[in-house]
Amino acid sequence: MSVTTAAAAASPFARTRRGVTMLKERGFSLALLGSFVLAIAVLIALLIQVFVLGTGRLDANLLTQFPSTIRVETAGFRSAIFGTLWLMGVVVVTVVPVGVGAAVYLEEYADGSRWWNRVIEINIQNLAAVPSIVYGILGLAFLVRGPVGLGFVVLAGGLILSLLVLPVVIISSREAIRSVPNSLRLGSLALGATPWQTVRRLVLPSAIPGIATGTILALSRAIGEAAPLLLLGALTFITFVPDGLMAEFTALPIQIYSYLSRPQEEFRILAAAGIVVLLAILLSMNAVAIYIRNRYSERN
Amino acid sequence: MSASTSEVAGGLGGRGDISLRASSPRYGERLIKALLGACAAISVVTTVAIVLSIFPPTIAFFRDNVGLGEFLTGTTWSPLFANGEFGVLPLVTATLVITVIALAVAIPIGLLAAIYLSEYAPARARKWLKPLLEVLAGIPTVVYGFFALEFVGPDLLQRFWPGDFLGGEPGTFSALAAGLVMGFMIVPTIASLSEDALRSVPMALRQGSSGLGASKLQTTLKVVLPAAISGIVAAMVLGVSRAIGETMIVLIAAGGTARLTLNPTEGMQTMTSFIGQAGIGDLSTGSVGYQTIFAVGALLFLATLVMNLFSIRLVRRFREVYE
Repeated sequence: MSVTTAAAAASPFARTRRGVTMLKERGFSLALLGSFVLAIAVLIALLIQVFVLGTGRLDANLLTQFPSTIRVETAGFRSAIFGTLWLMGVVVVTVVPVGVGAAVYLEEYADGSRWWNRVIEINIQNLAAVPSIVYGILGLAFLVRGPVGLGFVVLAGGLILSLLVLPVVIISSREAIRSVPNSLRLGSLALGATPWQTVRRLVLPSAIPGIATGTILALSRAIGEAAPLLLLGALTFITFVPDGLMAEFTALPIQIYSYLSRPQEEFRILAAAGIVVLLAILLSMNAVAIYIRNRYSERN
Repeated sequence: MSASTSEVAGGLGGRGDISLRASSPRYGERLIKALLGACAAISVVTTVAIVLSIFPPTIAFFRDNVGLGEFLTGTTWSPLFANGEFGVLPLVTATLVITVIALAVAIPIGLLAAIYLSEYAPARARKWLKPLLEVLAGIPTVVYGFFALEFVGPDLLQRFWPGDFLGGEPGTFSALAAGLVMGFMIVPTIASLSEDALRSVPMALRQGSSGLGASKLQTTLKVVLPAAISGIVAAMVLGVSRAIGETMIVLIAAGGTARLTLNPTEGMQTMTSFIGQAGIGDLSTGSVGYQTIFAVGALLFLATLVMNLFSIRLVRRFREVYE
């Protein structure tokens, strides 16, 4: 905070000001800083409270035991953790090729003046803001029941989460591809490379850090998502580790919700401990993403 | 980028003496372009699939159960009971009440935080404050729901609610707890997008304003803010869209009873939390309850679609002006 006021005082137009204006300026910059600190402080305070509530149950059972409503003291999240890992696998395998492919098409191939390309762009921006539960409705009607009728299995959950984060992957990959200098492309094309050779050997390798960062952030959004899975029919106690794409499963946020919806205090503590596990996974993914981004921006 | 290469090709080929077209047809290249185009088309297919999955059951719902007028104006929502009633107003008002509470928190805090980040924060601080904001934006909503139910409800509202003054007493489930927490959930979204809009205002405007003797406060409020207003409004509209579509917080913290009330201390059921709860109930395909998921979902989809398209238009406008 002292840094800001010092900066304001040192700025060229600060010297000639009279008392009242000075007070307004100070007051405004304090209000700005205050609301920023408030926003961050509230969230961090809440995170600390969860951690404090959950510490009582942060033990090995949390990771190794299956969920239970009877043996609450030793119940854990084993099937949920494995379910979340399976979901991550399906999401990565499906969303990366499609998302990067779409981004390459829109940035490198598409003629932005054609109406269908503009429709695709507006459509992606809209999909990015469609409520997640609507994707759940889509999955319920098409994948779980209806024409495909998979039932509530890993594949159905993973595909819906992929569709949910696809716009995020496309938008961040496009930004990464756009930031590759155009001189690289022109040089490559001038040397006789075809457009695809240029994309594959020059553009994509230079854009990989940005694409990786965006994908990791999208993935962390996918595994924290509960609403669409809930609608697909996830709220059951699964006491086995899923063994394939067609196995029934549960996921961490679903299991947390399931414990949370029980009134007894022990379940609340268990839910808090589960949140700590989920946040630990998410924060380490975010840390990797930020590390990649910083390393990349240092090199340039 | 494709535009720039084709310009180069067109510019040279336009003279007519040399052809820059490939001498062989290059089917592989064409195939790759088609495959990449198909990837991009998947997003359109998704939208079509959403429409196709939502609207046929919705039409069946209106054909079998209730007219559109009665659905939109009815004041009782009890679709899962025998002889249920299908007035969606309680869900809509609950959604609006919680959205208003959330935005009352998120818009001022998010906007001021964005101005701080863009105009006042030292460059070194901004470098790690923006990623921090993004990390906070990535906290799962089930965690926010937990905050609302466990801490904000019992520890804040029930303890400090000025009941003598305002009347009422927040229960275990309240719209207020859900709305407040949702507000803090949306702050990073609004702050981050508004900051983008503020930063895209050219530095020359700020310098010109300072050069004419305006103070930093005047420059920020009277020059930068108006110049970025369409981007800021777009961020707010997106915030509204997120608030309307948020499910887990309201499902956990606002309770499961559909009530037509404006009293924020009571529990309410929003459109999303109804869909979530009905979904948990494992209703049989084609039953009335199953159809209501789609009818309410259609309303939700249309409401957010209007918001999103409005926001996309606004963002395009500010990009056009300054890029």
